[in-house]
Amino acid sequence: MPRGKQDRYSSRVGEKLFPVSKPVTLTIDGKTVSAKPGSTIWDAAREAGIDIPVLCHSPRLDPVGVCRMCVVDIGGRVLAASCVRPCEEGMNVVTKSEKVERHRSMLTELLMSDQPETCPKESTTGDSELAALARAYNVDGSRLPRGAARSSDTSSKVIAVNHQACILCDRCVRGCDDIQHNDVIGRTGKGYTTQIGFDLNQPMGQSSCVSCGECLAVCPTGALVNKPISLPIVPRKSLKQVDSVCPYCGVGCSLTYNVDESKNRIVYTDGRPSPVNHSRLCVKGRYGWDYAQHEQRLTHPLIRKSEYYPRGPLSPEVTSSRGGEHRKGSHLVRYEDVLPAFRQASWDEALDLVATRLKGIRDTFGPGSLAGFGSAKCSNEEAYVFQKLVRAVFGTNNVDHCTRLCHASSVAALLEGIGSGAVTNTFAGIEDADVALLIGTNTTANHPVAATFFKQAAARGTKLIVIDPRRPDVANYAHQYVRLRNSTDVAFYNAMLHVIIAENLVNEAYIKEYTSGFDALKAEVQKWSPEVAEPICGVPAETIREVARIYGKAKSAITFWGMGISQHTHGTDNARCLIALCLVTGNCGRPGTGLHPLRGQNNVQGASDAGLIPMMYPDYQRVTNPEVRARFEKAWGVPLDPNAGLTVTEITKGALEGRIKGMYCLGENPFLSDPNVNKVRKALSALDFLVVQDIFLTETAEFADVILPATSYLEKLGTYTNTDRRVQIGRPALKPPGEARLDWEIVSEISTRMGYPMKYQSPAEIFNELVSMTHEYRGLTYEVLGSTGRLWPAPDPAADDGLQILFDDGFPTPNRRGKMVPAAFEPPRETPDENYPFVLNTGRVLEHWHTGTMTRRSYALNAIAPEALIEVHPEDAMKLGVHNGDRVVVTSRRGSITLAVTVTTRTHEGSVFIPFHFREAAANVLTIDEIDPFGKIPEFKFCAVRVERAPESSAAAAE
Amino acid sequence: MLQRTSYLTKRYGDSDGHTLAVYERDGGYQQAKRALQMDRAALIDEMKAANIRGRGGAGFPMGVKWSFMPWPPKPEKPHYLVINADEGEPGTFKDRTIMEKNPHSIVEGCIIGCFGIGAHAAYIYVRDELHLAKARLWEAIAEAKKKGYLGDKPFGIDYPVEVYVHTGAGAYICGEETSLLNSLEGKRGEPRLKPPFPAQAGAFGMPSTVNNLETIAIVPTALAMGGDNFSKLSAIHNLKDGGARLFGVSGHVNKPGIYECAVGLTLRELIYDLGGGVKGGELLAVIPGGSSCPILRAEEIVKAPDPKSPLHPYDGKSVLDVPLGVDTFRSLGTMLGTCCAIVLSDLADPVLAFHNLLQFYRHESCGQCTPCREGSAWLFRILDRIVQGEAEVAELDRLSEIASNIMGNTICAFGEGTAMPTLGFLLKFRRELEEFIVTKGKSGTRRLAL
Repeated sequence: MPRGKQDRYSSRVGEKLFPVSKPVTLTIDGKTVSAKPGSTIWDAAREAGIDIPVLCHSPRLDPVGVCRMCVVDIGGRVLAASCVRPCEEGMNVVTKSEKVERHRSMLTELLMSDQPETCPKESTTGDSELAALARAYNVDGSRLPRGAARSSDTSSKVIAVNHQACILCDRCVRGCDDIQHNDVIGRTGKGYTTQIGFDLNQPMGQSSCVSCGECLAVCPTGALVNKPISLPIVPRKSLKQVDSVCPYCGVGCSLTYNVDESKNRIVYTDGRPSPVNHSRLCVKGRYGWDYAQHEQRLTHPLIRKSEYYPRGPLSPEVTSSRGGEHRKGSHLVRYEDVLPAFRQASWDEALDLVATRLKGIRDTFGPGSLAGFGSAKCSNEEAYVFQKLVRAVFGTNNVDHCTRLCHASSVAALLEGIGSGAVTNTFAGIEDADVALLIGTNTTANHPVAATFFKQAAARGTKLIVIDPRRPDVANYAHQYVRLRNSTDVAFYNAMLHVIIAENLVNEAYIKEYTSGFDALKAEVQKWSPEVAEPICGVPAETIREVARIYGKAKSAITFWGMGISQHTHGTDNARCLIALCLVTGNCGRPGTGLHPLRGQNNVQGASDAGLIPMMYPDYQRVTNPEVRARFEKAWGVPLDPNAGLTVTEITKGALEGRIKGMYCLGENPFLSDPNVNKVRKALSALDFLVVQDIFLTETAEFADVILPATSYLEKLGTYTNTDRRVQIGRPALKPPGEARLDWEIVSEISTRMGYPMKYQSPAEIFNELVSMTHEYRGLTYEVLGSTGRLWPAPDPAADDGLQILFDDGFPTPNRRGKMVPAAFEPPRETPDENYPFVLNTGRVLEHWHTGTMTRRSYALNAIAPEALIEVHPEDAMKLGVHNGDRVVVTSRRGSITLAVTVTTRTHEGSVFIPFHFREAAANVLTIDEIDPFGKIPEFKFCAVRVERAPESSAAAAE
Repeated sequence: MLQRTSYLTKRYGDSDGHTLAVYERDGGYQQAKRALQMDRAALIDEMKAANIRGRGGAGFPMGVKWSFMPWPPKPEKPHYLVINADEGEPGTFKDRTIMEKNPHSIVEGCIIGCFGIGAHAAYIYVRDELHLAKARLWEAIAEAKKKGYLGDKPFGIDYPVEVYVHTGAGAYICGEETSLLNSLEGKRGEPRLKPPFPAQAGAFGMPSTVNNLETIAIVPTALAMGGDNFSKLSAIHNLKDGGARLFGVSGHVNKPGIYECAVGLTLRELIYDLGGGVKGGELLAVIPGGSSCPILRAEEIVKAPDPKSPLHPYDGKSVLDVPLGVDTFRSLGTMLGTCCAIVLSDLADPVLAFHNLLQFYRHESCGQCTPCREGSAWLFRILDRIVQGEAEVAELDRLSEIASNIMGNTICAFGEGTAMPTLGFLLKFRRELEEFIVTKGKSGTRRLAL
């Protein structure tokens, strides 16, 4: 990999080399300036309001001093590059002498002489920093002969490279290496023939580039620019800037949409400075917003035509996922397959029908026959009104959402152990950690911007311990990567605990003061010496010891985990082990410590906070607690169901068994997201009445009686709570298409029509009601949240932010102690055998989001990752006789799918991996619907499958 | 003053001269053994007294450089000795001869050097294409190791020393010490910002000393003779420019080659007495020490009326009679550089020589910082236009403008190494250049090789 960057030890010149503690006083352009200790001349001048032109430097980057545009006269023989030159006491700096200006003008002229005739930046966003300098110095480079033309590279789907416009300022190299830590860009060639290069000088589109766009965000010229997605790119000043939050993952990056209001289109996106993402974005945030403008958006309410009863699936991909039929499915639903089954209706007709039918079912079969699926993609306000509708109007607690499918077990273990289901520290808190455990998280794909913080911490010396049966890319930055056998987590962590206790690496004072259950834990892990665990989890005993010692001896250790921990039938046990590790070593409540289950959806934290859970009201208040219930009954003015409701998987089962008759699905697509799709199909068909509220006609909507066209994230106002507990405001960038309506309005309408009037005027009003029903959100208002949001809890409204680190003095449990719960090892439910010899692991890819409803309708994301692939280990591929791109049939006891192979050592022998986004090869056809007894989360990460060459490919091979 | 010596070159003619046996027959490794039992401060004092000026081009006093290392070494910050054998300056080929014919002097120098700076490892960075040089170094290291002169206890003394050969892919810029360090670390060979200097953060971020290969090879000799005695070999010992060194001469001379002499030799002695005189025609000009040193014309006369100038004793004399020393040549407005002169006959065309030189610098600029990358390219391009007969006289001023813009405005000395000879040629050959442009080259000889 070509590397052109200065090393850290040589680049942070000011701070590292002159660690002066006192400010220094110097003169800049005759002005006396007091500079912060260790600051450079450029920084000091900027503070004093003196602008020194620069091309290679940006405040977001470490200076490298290569462009020499920022040179200033400090009275020496030579000029000094102000971006790297530390201030010295008594220095006399002249930033604009004749000599200095002559230098700058000459440099600009040299650079301009090779610029392309049409600058890719000047002709689009119009903000080339080089062109601005050329105007200022009135030079155009025409006095010098032009060099040989340089090439362009248009191989990336989203970024255009023009080497002719490149001035080799090194910003993109540092953006890629030091900000995003992707290490793709470097310099190749030398001297005048130097170019930026990707990997080993491959075309950008074929390199390991992940299209985060950081390079073009920092590029000062037209060398790296966005390719247009929706409309031609124009300067920001002719567009409207909407400060919002990214709609995809739980990181919740702050961003700004540049919107053409007249055409109702987002044109491009910029990262926005905030404590969450420091202006960084990933490919989904930067390029994945055009789904809202997709032609398949629902614009009118739809009612199923009478001839399409009995209800059932419509498109071929949804009708049959059984083996035998191996035609390649369509990546999007074909509306000609499904729309004929529905007729357009007025809102009044549709809403009345919904209200009447739901009311009818409730009154005939009782409140328990209704259920609601909310969504973690919706706002806190929408989640709140939806659960209120189900509880107060349907009269049942049968309300749940996709948290059940991601972190329900983590939350169960956390509530049991430390009395709170949220993270105890932010992901950026890793910067203070000596050691970080990253477990079952493919962070670079699923939380890409959080991963940049992890990689940055690793570069600064935090030891990352990455534990995962499938090697995630973040393991490339790890101090130690541990590949354990799928689903043997409890054995591994019990052995770690064994070593930590046996070698007395525990924090006795902490255990004594803040925990309970240590003796029971000790008794359980006593049995788990590393030698006992080794044959089970496949990790050498010495490695287990080493990892335990690194963690046990760390001054501060933080634990991050993803669905590799939670999506198991023993997911709660897995999380219990991690909590125990944290408690025995006292790694909680201090900087650089904590427990952080990385939340998947942009608002999975908020939807749970807002009560979209069958056993809890907002703020995790138990529905079974009479006092709590009384308070909600009083506030909502109706009697409430005293029993916990059914979870997602139980509701499906209930529908299949005929206990659930009517269902309201708001933004959820259980057909693709839930395990054992064939069972879900039967369940959805079995319902008496299904109403689906969504922005597209999803796989689930094919079963619906009524489909209500909702607004997309990009069209509405609301608050969203990210994985860090940061509540942020998402603002509308676009106008909704056709008659699509705001989700909270639709819910309120149904409620009103069912006899429980909801008369909210705005999301802010709903938010205030939500806040009034919680403890942790108190003090938050839209005004307080402002542009960068606020962490909850925020007890001090005058402070800059809420609390980053929780539980520095006890836990919100009855005895203020964290409880350690011993976990006994249990094997997964369905282990491989002769007929189904492979372990199937499922997950996600960087470019796609969950069931692909949004991302597969985003031009760029779908173009980068158009196809479902199954990862097979090279040894297994050899045995199966398949190569990259060959199609295989994958079969489990529940169904079978056909998809293409990618051969990789990322997965280990005997295990295959399939991402679950792809409707034409839905991984959840195969997965098992066994659930964790506590979190009720399905075992997405483990089932047994068979892999065979698809008949076509063998036929093709024979030809 | 011409005084031939043979400290490094004694065994150059001997076919077994590179072997340990022959080296030891002449007293080899006695100084390394002695040094390891010396007091470190005393060793540094000897080296300072020896007035060994760095042989790589900058002429920095070696003993002083060693003394810059932080002391005592911290256990978490090991020191490294790095030997720069990336000899790539046009006209310079002295280090290669030492590696090929006297490699043990280098290994012995490294042992002493490591002890002097508190290092336990020395890296010799060699251009990969020097196959014999590499083979001889590896052989010498293996022999020394086998004999117990390297390793955990060299000569039975508890001061571990290892010497490694690292091969570079052959980029001129890697002769710049911080580029060399980057390259040694496996990174792209591009200079680092200074500070920090290598003594603060060098190889692998640790305190390091980078010495030229000839510099380290002469260390055993200087120690054997005693610093002061060694320094006094030089005719300009009073200028703290001591001892003996290798002088090279190439270009239009009858006997190009490497000659070891006491410091104080003049250009006239080097060209006529050692180099056998100018080959074809008369002396037009000479580049005194590697291509980055501004050229001197044969008819130039020293003007140094100031008694304080190191040149004062030669006031009114020909530049060819000035002793080749670091300070004397700096005062002449050029540099001693690597002490390997390139001779230009008056049958050759200085414009083509200039063109040739700038082609080299355009090719070798690392491309990191703008003035050098763009500047070296435009300098060559304009010169190319001159040679093609397409340029105008006014473009000479543009050359000067661009070169001046590079001076003092780059991360490393390469930029100045490009700008200085450019400005030198413009100053000394302005008339020839103008004539060449006006006559579209008809005024020149259009010959570079004779």
